[in-house]
Amino acid sequence: MSSVNTAHSVVEPSRTSKRIAATIVIAYAVITMIPLVWIVLTSFKSPPDSISYPPKIVFQPTLEGYCNLFTTRTRQTPEYITSLGAPTSTCDEITRSRNMVIAGPSNYWPRFQNSLVIAFGSTFLAVSLGTLAAYGFSRFKVPLAEDLLFFILSTRMMPPIAVAIPIYLMYRQLGLSDTALGMILLYTAVNVSLAVWLLKGFIDEIPREYEEAAMIDGYTRMQAFFKVVLPQATTGIAATAIFCLIFAWNEYAFAVLLTSGAAQTAPPFIPTIIGEGGQDWPAVAAGTTIFVVPILVFTILLRKQLLRGITFGAVRK
Amino acid sequence: MTARIRERTGQFFRMRRFKTQVKSVTDTSSTILGEAVARATPAPIASRIRGLSDRSMAWLFITPAIALLLAVNIFPLIWAIYLSFTNFRANRPNAALESVGLSNYSRVLNDPNIWQAMQTTAHFVFWTILLQTLIGFSLAYLIDRKFRGHAFWTTIILVPMMLSPAVVGNFWRFLYQPQIGLFNHIVSFLTGIPPSSFEMLGSVRLSPWAIIIVDTWMWTPYVMLICLAGLRSIPDYIYEAAEVDRASLWRQFWSITLPMALPFIMLAVLFRGIENFKMFDMVTLLTGGGPGSTTEVASITLKREAFESWRTGRASAFAIILFVAVFGLANIYVKALNKVKQR
Repeated sequence: MSSVNTAHSVVEPSRTSKRIAATIVIAYAVITMIPLVWIVLTSFKSPPDSISYPPKIVFQPTLEGYCNLFTTRTRQTPEYITSLGAPTSTCDEITRSRNMVIAGPSNYWPRFQNSLVIAFGSTFLAVSLGTLAAYGFSRFKVPLAEDLLFFILSTRMMPPIAVAIPIYLMYRQLGLSDTALGMILLYTAVNVSLAVWLLKGFIDEIPREYEEAAMIDGYTRMQAFFKVVLPQATTGIAATAIFCLIFAWNEYAFAVLLTSGAAQTAPPFIPTIIGEGGQDWPAVAAGTTIFVVPILVFTILLRKQLLRGITFGAVRK
Repeated sequence: MTARIRERTGQFFRMRRFKTQVKSVTDTSSTILGEAVARATPAPIASRIRGLSDRSMAWLFITPAIALLLAVNIFPLIWAIYLSFTNFRANRPNAALESVGLSNYSRVLNDPNIWQAMQTTAHFVFWTILLQTLIGFSLAYLIDRKFRGHAFWTTIILVPMMLSPAVVGNFWRFLYQPQIGLFNHIVSFLTGIPPSSFEMLGSVRLSPWAIIIVDTWMWTPYVMLICLAGLRSIPDYIYEAAEVDRASLWRQFWSITLPMALPFIMLAVLFRGIENFKMFDMVTLLTGGGPGSTTEVASITLKREAFESWRTGRASAFAIILFVAVFGLANIYVKALNKVKQR
């Protein structure tokens, strides 16, 4: 803050203020990470270690949580287990040490696959439809555009539980209940409102002159849209995709009310993982850890776009 | 500015119309040439679109999104409005519906439980927004000092908001366990209170704060991101001018930073407010509305009415009331936001 430090550039923060800022931000980041680190640690604990008093920070790591996550097990007598011969895998060995035998795969992997299909499918659809609509709103004179845009946003204000009742009735009529397609359409509809708002801000910033020049050169409006506008809007599309994916990947209320089996996603499934005597915390933690990975990778890859994406067009115009 | 653009685009479209006229003249002069043009057109859709007017072009772009919203959002909403005037029960979907007039609405508005839920929601929304805005803005301000490695730490801070609220709520139930939970042990380590002497989820006094803590942990990064975008949108030359005028840092903060970032802060408040008003997933899995009904926010009451008491018609009435309230408040708020933006 001394005049010496600020001499080279008046807006560059001083070294002391930077140091203080760094300390506080890093402290906050470390605190905020504690629950996440705990989830990962718990996933490598054995069930007794996970519920020890006081909580164990140092423990013997094991894959039991991951084994339990992917399998269903039945309790057997020690005589029966010894009669089975040598264990075929690590998981088999761990399960047998608890006097149990693997009975089959659990529902986690099918639920996880549902999550992948539904979240990525609806994100793709929402971003596609959203880009088209945002372009329409940005470039053409749409009657009542302002009202239509507010109407689009207001569809997000309805509590999901309330919308779920009629959607459930409607889907039953259409044969869409508990299907991946039904969930994709639903999540697309929820996300498309956000996508239109976000993307309109980005497309507004692309000068119209680019397309006009292209169209004078003989492109049709559609060609101009695909070859000129889309490449310019990739940052915005990426940012929008992150937000749509975070929503669709993590959604719980619709999923728990509208799906029960075939199309159930992972968020309603993970809390139902139970072991003997209550929730199997290492398996729950393992399920959570694996579930976080795709979205984390996706976000880290696109993190530069995230900051731009959040500056909604609503403010920037 | 807009008038100028309109004028320019007008000119442009007049020119385009002229071009198509020219083309149609050449087309009619020779059908063989016309066929050649048609074959040369890359996609059949493109050739059909070429003939469309600008207005129908607009609808071509907008209709798919609007149609989906109408089918999956608006149609169910209208259905819910219809159900709110009936005695519909979700466990008897095939029973004949009877119209009950406005009685669902009057019952909802006279139900003390529902007002209790509204109060719980208001408490939750107020404190989460206050804490998230204060912490989120402070963090954004500090990150904007652009110390070394700030991008890395920003990414780290963002992680909680990418998690599933349901899965997070479920796991925090584990962290809040009085005997084995990490949270109680950390509090005990810092304050010396024995870890099993308090129950975050079991006590009437603490449980509303348990859900506020988790929501704040999860969504502060979101508010921080929006605030950061706001701070980055302030051009450097304004600070340079202030520096030339020898305005103190304190003064710069209050008369430049805060007013210019205010529209962004207000936007963050709007989004968090709408989201937390309909909060369901995290609280359901963390407390389930308990103990008793101390953390029973509006959406949980809604679910209990619709799928546990099976008074689905009445639940729909409650949902419509909630929607109108949020819609109205958001509308007023957006007007205020626009006013702040124009200053």
